[in-house]
Amino acid sequence: MNQSEMVRSEHEPLVETIDVKTHFKTARGIARAVDGVSIQIRRGQSLGVVGESGSGKTVLSRSIMGLLPRNGVIREGSVRYQGQEIGNRSDKEMQSIWGREMAMIFQDPMTSLNPVMKVGKQIAESLRKNLGMSATEALAVAEKLLHDVRIPEPARRLNQYPHELSGGMRQRVMIAIAMACGPNMLFADEPTTALDVTVQAQILELLSEQKRERNMSLLLVTHNLGVVAGYTDEIAVMYGGKVVEKAPTKTLFANTKMPYTEALLSSIPRLDQPSHSRLSTIPGRPPDIVHPPKGCRFAPRCAYVRDLCLNEEPELQQADSPDHTYRCFYPVGSPEYLERRVELTRKGELVESEGSN
Amino acid sequence: MAGTGKAHLRDDQNVLLRVEDLVVEFPIGRTGLKVNAVSGISFDVLKGETLGIVGESGCGKSTTGRAIMQLPSPTSGSVIFDGTELTTLSGEAMREARTKIQMIFQDPISSLNPRRNVRDIVLEPLSIWKRGTNAEQLAAVDKILEHVGIDPQRAAESKPHQFSGGQCQRISIARSLVLNPQMIICDEPVSALDVSVQAQVVNLLEDLKKEFELTLVFIAHDLAVVKNISDRIAVMYLGKICEVSSSDDLYRNPAHPYTDVLLSSIPVPDPTVAIKKISVEGEPPSPVSPPAGCRFNPRCPNASDRCRSEEPTLREIEPGHFVACHHPLTGGEVPVTVRSN
Repeated sequence: MNQSEMVRSEHEPLVETIDVKTHFKTARGIARAVDGVSIQIRRGQSLGVVGESGSGKTVLSRSIMGLLPRNGVIREGSVRYQGQEIGNRSDKEMQSIWGREMAMIFQDPMTSLNPVMKVGKQIAESLRKNLGMSATEALAVAEKLLHDVRIPEPARRLNQYPHELSGGMRQRVMIAIAMACGPNMLFADEPTTALDVTVQAQILELLSEQKRERNMSLLLVTHNLGVVAGYTDEIAVMYGGKVVEKAPTKTLFANTKMPYTEALLSSIPRLDQPSHSRLSTIPGRPPDIVHPPKGCRFAPRCAYVRDLCLNEEPELQQADSPDHTYRCFYPVGSPEYLERRVELTRKGELVESEGSN
Repeated sequence: MAGTGKAHLRDDQNVLLRVEDLVVEFPIGRTGLKVNAVSGISFDVLKGETLGIVGESGCGKSTTGRAIMQLPSPTSGSVIFDGTELTTLSGEAMREARTKIQMIFQDPISSLNPRRNVRDIVLEPLSIWKRGTNAEQLAAVDKILEHVGIDPQRAAESKPHQFSGGQCQRISIARSLVLNPQMIICDEPVSALDVSVQAQVVNLLEDLKKEFELTLVFIAHDLAVVKNISDRIAVMYLGKICEVSSSDDLYRNPAHPYTDVLLSSIPVPDPTVAIKKISVEGEPPSPVSPPAGCRFNPRCPNASDRCRSEEPTLREIEPGHFVACHHPLTGGEVPVTVRSN
């Protein structure tokens, strides 16, 4: 930890994005994958970024880390790391940040590990490159890292290839590689989607334990609100390239404002419902980010839509507390929302189970 | 886990599928070793019932689904579908039988031919079996596409990649329904989909099941989804069935320690619920050399010497609830009973 870091207050964001836009040039036109996102992550804090496929959650984390293709990308806005602008840095300048300051783990551990290189060497690689360790030194640290991520018989595993490990083990190796140079910020992009539920619970537990021990910040990208509920301090819900609701985790669940967040939550099948309960769904599909709908991007799928929603785009509003913001004209609990809810219930279009939240 | 044992099989004339002592083994090269994918399981499915098969990767649930279809034929055991023993059928007769049992897969995009248009993909089963005239076939395809919520016009003009994952799964479902099967085996049909889309596909399957009087075998690793759609659930671990029960019962009273682990691993979408400490460590052992006794014993918090040597068999602990465990979490005092029917 260097000096400038130490004097920085705990409350100052470690990573901050200000109105970040990442647009891709495609044959059909400009795809607005991330369209004006401002978030802050403090040291030691974990932020969950939740959304459906195509909501821009992965592109957002890649934009912060500077992992975007060189061509066909239009970037705007500011990405700050420890107060310094890093959004405009070249890949070469980012080399000092990748691994040592920020690291990332991906959804599919099989395709992100090198299949023809032994596990030990893959972990040692970044230690040697970033920290200048000798080969023997690096292997010794690699063994300790494997031990830290709870891989049994770490010494033997060092000499194995990725295909000799199970999916859960591979994801642990990915975490070991990401942890190798002691980053301050870890991006986990759907880290458990490819894994079994029992292994998923173990990996999430491991991640939050590592975060605690190392006072590291974590950005957890997922489509499953259930996954982030227990493991994050704050949640940003993304839809069509924008953050549509952001709040501390408990507030988000207890005092949901955005009908989209509510709909996402109620589409999760719950164990406490009897079997064959009708699941509530979100009709339609995520918006076309090349030609996003005018007005609120969720309006075409929203059960509580009114004329205003279709014509005007809602600004970010503040809810009951300053750390809770949302984009909606008629949030959950508003008179217009309640009025429509009564109508929907009467027509039998509202699935009963929603009340169980 | 257990278990072997057939205490849970029903002697009902409504049984559509009855699988007994199913064993599937895959030899590993010339090593003489073999993967014990499925090690002697039995189950049955009544007409109109949905059986959920749940378990972790490598527990043999997909292999079981495929063995029903004889893809490939099991190493031993019997699969009786609608009164016909499938394991001894000739190739041609089996081909015919498969029109009555259809399958849908996890990855909807790779299970559709990327170079054909969607309407042709759904039409193909009809043209292979020469069901009706061309016009009748097209009408049937359009009707089925509308049923699953795909615009037939668009289907006629588009290739699978022009549809989203959820829509491709709907197309797969349409293709499986077009021959009017009696049973559909769904192998992780919603695992690759977003939660919101997952709910749409689960609801669709429920609707179609009623409408077409289908019997479903629903294979998945997510117990929350399986619980929602199933009438009865079989929990598998390392090639064996460890618990069979009605789905509500299984959730209310999990009897096998492994079922309990599976249930407590499901993340609860509520931050005020404390995260349950998972009582097992590690992952299932290799099915090449499964442990002796109960197969769950190396990871089981309650394992005793008996579990390490003697394999438990399925027994009924309350009506319709069967468990293969020496020390079940509930119903331990109930004496071992074998159903007389």
